[in-house]
Amino acid sequence: MIELLDILLLLFLVICAVAAISMRDLLSSTIVLGSYSLFMAVVWTRLNAVDVAFTEASVGAGITTMLMLAALSRTKRFEFLYRKKGQQEDPNKETNPLLKNWKRKRFSVTKVSGLIVVLLTGAILIYGTMDMPDFGDPNSPSYTHVATMYIERGQPEVNVPNLVTAVLASYRGYDTLGETIVIFTAGIGVILMLRKRKKT
Amino acid sequence: MSEHIVIKRVSNFIIPFIQLFSLYVIAHGDISPGGGFQGGVIFGASIILYVIAFGMKDGRTRISEILTDFMNSIGVLLFAGIGLACVIMGGAYLEYTKLAGSAGEGHGSHAEHALHLAGHLGIYGIEIGIGIVVASVMITIFFETANTQDDD
Repeated sequence: MIELLDILLLLFLVICAVAAISMRDLLSSTIVLGSYSLFMAVVWTRLNAVDVAFTEASVGAGITTMLMLAALSRTKRFEFLYRKKGQQEDPNKETNPLLKNWKRKRFSVTKVSGLIVVLLTGAILIYGTMDMPDFGDPNSPSYTHVATMYIERGQPEVNVPNLVTAVLASYRGYDTLGETIVIFTAGIGVILMLRKRKKT
Repeated sequence: MSEHIVIKRVSNFIIPFIQLFSLYVIAHGDISPGGGFQGGVIFGASIILYVIAFGMKDGRTRISEILTDFMNSIGVLLFAGIGLACVIMGGAYLEYTKLAGSAGEGHGSHAEHALHLAGHLGIYGIEIGIGIVVASVMITIFFETANTQDDD
């Protein structure tokens, strides 16, 4: 029964992904991407990765959607489309947003080459998963390296009930400092590039 | 968007709860899922919701450019400063238990308690630092990316 839930969730993920790229309205596309992240958060919860699920829900579904909307306010709402005759036109000028006469170009070199690259990458990734240990295998390398040490010594050494926080804040403290500085740098970069300066 | 009365009322009602939840997430990072990063993101999102409902100008009067710029740096300095404080107290960088100082020396329950408290407070401190950085950077990115033509 619970496997059925997993299959349904993964199916929803695929549906959301396909819907997001096939929509003409970029605003709806952004919202669908947000729901993709929400389903992904449920999948993480099913895998018992609650911290990751929390991050996915707040960052992927929450803030990314908002930042995309902010970026969308700088561009136009509708995707650049082609009329049936073949010439390019801009649907943002159209008053009727239903876009009955608008169509995407069926085939183009960029689309076909993109499809080939995606299929190739997917095939390589699937080939790569064949060498991976079984799901939850206690002898897999990720469980035998430092994970056992964290689980055994994390509680007495760091004395923090949430083991993920213990690893992030103490054992991997430098990593977390680096991540914080990356976010800080992103903020500084946005201020330097996009802020309107007063003319002096 | 500023004339939508329903959006305004609902966000007025819900924003305090979102902010309270974000502070809860930051403060309980060590005993439950979440932490500084997630809490900071949620706090930033609450401010962005306010800006979406009430407009850029009103948003900037609530949370000014200077404030977010300062908070950007203060968060990183808090994180790095706690690490440096550990060095000054004679430990390694980010070795929180050294923050206990002389109270953590020797044996017995008193010293042990002091060490635990120092470790806890150190982790609290860096979580708060991360939260401040993330919240202010998210607010900054939203303010700088969103189109300001409506308000100018």
